[in-house]
Amino acid sequence: MKVDWRASFSLVGRVTKYLAVALIVPIVTGLLYDPWSIVPFVVTALVAIGIGTVLERLDDDPDIGAREGFLMVAATWFAVSLVGTLPYLLEHLTLQGGSLAYATETTLQRPENALFESMSGFTTTGATVMGDISFESHTRALLMWRQLTQWLGGMGIVVLAVAILPELSVGGAQLMDAEAPGPGIEKLTPRIAETARALWVAYAGITVLEMVLLYGLHVGGLAPNMSAYNAIAHGFTTLSTGGFSPEARSIEAFSAAVQWLIIPFMMAAGTNFALFWHATKGNFEKLFEDTEFRAYLGVIGVLTAIGASLLYTDPGLAGPATEAAAPHYEGVGAEPIAHTFPIFQNVEAALRQSMFQVVGFVTTTGYATMDFNAWSGPAKYLLVFAMFIGGSAGSTGGGIKIVRWLVIVKSLRRELFTTVHPDAVRPVRLAGQPLDERAIRGIYAFTLLYFAIFFVAIVVLVVDASFAGDPETLSVIEAMTTVAATLGNIGPGLELIGPMGSYLEFSAQSKVFMVVLMWIGRLEIFPVLVLLTRGYWSS
Amino acid sequence: MTTLLFGPFVRPDYVRGERVMRVVVVGAGEVGANIASGLADAHDVVVVDTDPERVEAITYQLDVLAIEGDGTSLATLKEAGVEDADMLIASTDSDEANIVACATAKTVSDAFTVARVRKTDYLTTWRGAEGAFSVDFMVCTDLLAAQSIVRIAGLPGAQDVDSFAGGRVRMAEFEVTEESTLANQTVEAADRFESLTFAAILRNGDVEIPRGDTRIEPGDKVVVIGSPESCRLFASELTPSNGLESSDEVYVVGGSEIGYQTARLLEAQGVTPRVIERDPERARELAEELAGSVVLENDGTDIDFLERENVTDADLVVAALSSDEKNLLVSLLAKRLGAKRTVAVVEDGSFVDVFETVGVDVAVNPREVTAEEITRFTREEHTQNVAIIESDRAEVLEIEVDDESLLANRTIADATADLPQGVVVGAITRNDDLITPRGDTVVRPGDHVVVFAETSILEEVTPQL
Repeated sequence: MKVDWRASFSLVGRVTKYLAVALIVPIVTGLLYDPWSIVPFVVTALVAIGIGTVLERLDDDPDIGAREGFLMVAATWFAVSLVGTLPYLLEHLTLQGGSLAYATETTLQRPENALFESMSGFTTTGATVMGDISFESHTRALLMWRQLTQWLGGMGIVVLAVAILPELSVGGAQLMDAEAPGPGIEKLTPRIAETARALWVAYAGITVLEMVLLYGLHVGGLAPNMSAYNAIAHGFTTLSTGGFSPEARSIEAFSAAVQWLIIPFMMAAGTNFALFWHATKGNFEKLFEDTEFRAYLGVIGVLTAIGASLLYTDPGLAGPATEAAAPHYEGVGAEPIAHTFPIFQNVEAALRQSMFQVVGFVTTTGYATMDFNAWSGPAKYLLVFAMFIGGSAGSTGGGIKIVRWLVIVKSLRRELFTTVHPDAVRPVRLAGQPLDERAIRGIYAFTLLYFAIFFVAIVVLVVDASFAGDPETLSVIEAMTTVAATLGNIGPGLELIGPMGSYLEFSAQSKVFMVVLMWIGRLEIFPVLVLLTRGYWSS
Repeated sequence: MTTLLFGPFVRPDYVRGERVMRVVVVGAGEVGANIASGLADAHDVVVVDTDPERVEAITYQLDVLAIEGDGTSLATLKEAGVEDADMLIASTDSDEANIVACATAKTVSDAFTVARVRKTDYLTTWRGAEGAFSVDFMVCTDLLAAQSIVRIAGLPGAQDVDSFAGGRVRMAEFEVTEESTLANQTVEAADRFESLTFAAILRNGDVEIPRGDTRIEPGDKVVVIGSPESCRLFASELTPSNGLESSDEVYVVGGSEIGYQTARLLEAQGVTPRVIERDPERARELAEELAGSVVLENDGTDIDFLERENVTDADLVVAALSSDEKNLLVSLLAKRLGAKRTVAVVEDGSFVDVFETVGVDVAVNPREVTAEEITRFTREEHTQNVAIIESDRAEVLEIEVDDESLLANRTIADATADLPQGVVVGAITRNDDLITPRGDTVVRPGDHVVVFAETSILEEVTPQL
């Protein structure tokens, strides 16, 4: 039984072809602002249809098994990210004196940067290599496309494909299992396509709700910057735990009211969407009976409280001109500073800054309401800690996931018990339900692998940085948070890659390496790694 | 004259005070045969079984009609006369076959159907919906045995415990030992417990109805009826150790269905039992089901293991392995190691006495418990609950008093004068309240009366009450 790669790639082709439909969003945006800016998207749509059609020809009647499923999911994410680079590469490309040339220079015109930005988008990482995030150097259509890639990747491209394409109904559960975050999927309905649809409907519904509320704040006069364009753009990247923003200062560009409003939506994005489905069925108790959800709220609560007390007592955060804040707030306009400072001895601001950043990191969104590089060491470490928690299973968040930590803590407690009672048989229970030992082993394996990759990747980045440039360019804390932020699909890290910084300064090969980290991080390692084993390809 | 002529050919309507019924028993295994033999002398019994050897054996052993065939097939049931039967008791070893037999019988008959099951899931379903599976009464053998173990566990020193009137009245049988404070006292002197009645004293296999001046001798077994609280007080007076508490160390050796149910019921009482099961798969299964217990995977007869797990300090050890011999071994081992009390499950009823003689505190026979439960439905309708004392020498009945009853609107002293000797009114419940019967208590229609009666006078007494 060898792998039927033709079947896998045929389905990759079908998904790629349908990506053309998604391009309608930037095309419409372009038509509203600048008709010429739609050209890259039209070209991309044609290329997507072309490549898709060719790949589809590989197999007229693709039959997907477990093995083909892994290949299909892994390849789809890569293929979509590749096609997604085209708008970045084609932007500002014009005919000048008989040859094609860029009218405006941008960092995204380099292929490795375009691929990084595209992968960062689809995997909802939110790490950027844009030199200048503004409407001066980029079209509104392109910046909207960047937001949309995150929204498509949030609930999952393959989940969307299963929801829409009837030919994926058989084997669809396997595909979703390979893609969806968390140790397994919960089938909500007898038909997998209906489950996929239910998840996407919940996802889209909450997204639209956030967009409406954000724009409502603008209409109500509480958010001067939150135009309809920004409301839609941020709706796309909140619910997907993406973190891209067309504003250079991320959410700091918006008023405190907007920041408070985004917090619950980030939290919803980090929640298992199956719970929302149960809630729409009137099963609200299920939400608060869920062990993972309660642990999730508990973690956010505790970290927020610690963080808020650290910020509240930090004199370095008294204003933008203090020694701690000044290097990070040079040249920043008066408007953001007005609602950011002071944080020192200001309950509302300390609570808001702490909670927003904690939620942003736990859910792996990666938005920021200030440059937290200005924070004190302990407060920054709190964020590093939060990078390794992750959202809930079945959410749009990345990272290790709350449910895995729960199982690990519970099974470690069992180990302690069996040390005293060596004959005891004690299943690990989650919400009263005993867990299969194989599932526990899988969770241990994943977590261990996650950390192994984490440490090895740091070495790779540090070594590459020292060969590529000045050995002093990459500090250890930068390398560590870089890997944590890309593997965990978070986005920003500390120092160089802080929320207002970018990944631009890394070498091309480091960026490609990070593309791989984001890719395997989003698919939770195994579906990609299994492709590299000999046993997968042989019988 | 008619009686004389047709007597031998006409079926009597009543035998010894019970209406004669036509009973079809499906399954002639141990329980089925037991039930059949218990019913055969008063009722017309037809036994159905698939095994020709069993059918033949039963034909010669019992005065019943035995038919070879599948009890779940309508043709066989018709052959057994199910259409005119009053009752069908399905007691094969297969739960599903028993349920299907009941449902099949109901398609052609109005017979009262009784199904014996092992799985408690079926019992839960049946309790949840009236008439589910077309079963009128469901008996869960293992659950009954477990319930009886837990009841006994809650009353130290008790050898048999039964509940009446929805748990408000309890009957318990205790053995009086040499050291007991009750030994060599008169009943009058011993009767200092509120809402507790001395129903009988069992001495050398005879049933004695206690009078005020009856002396309680060491070795006697006393049967008391009263509120659960008073039974507990009585038990603690009789044997100094207390009833089950949540801090008690309770071990259930053997993860059989009875062991599982016992652990489950103990959990419900706040105890954290340790369940010992040898088979890894079964141990895992138990551990998944029993969230409040500690499941240990090892051999319950391994002394090193028992010592390591501190069975030496056990307050109670329940032996619920699949074989009687092993249960005996485990009980004696535990006792030797220092366990305070041991309860053993005995599948073979004839071993009960042997077990209790060699040192097992209480032996519980699931079949006896099942038989008691099924016997309820062979009594007249207003008899609601029955307990059998000392292998059928006496019974404790719960009766709802109606206007025609001999007890209605009279004092107990007055009424018992009209009843034969060997009847004791043990407890009365009226509108959910427990009333301790004394000589001047007046019984009203609608009261539930728990009565102790010797078997020999039962047939005479039952219709009068």
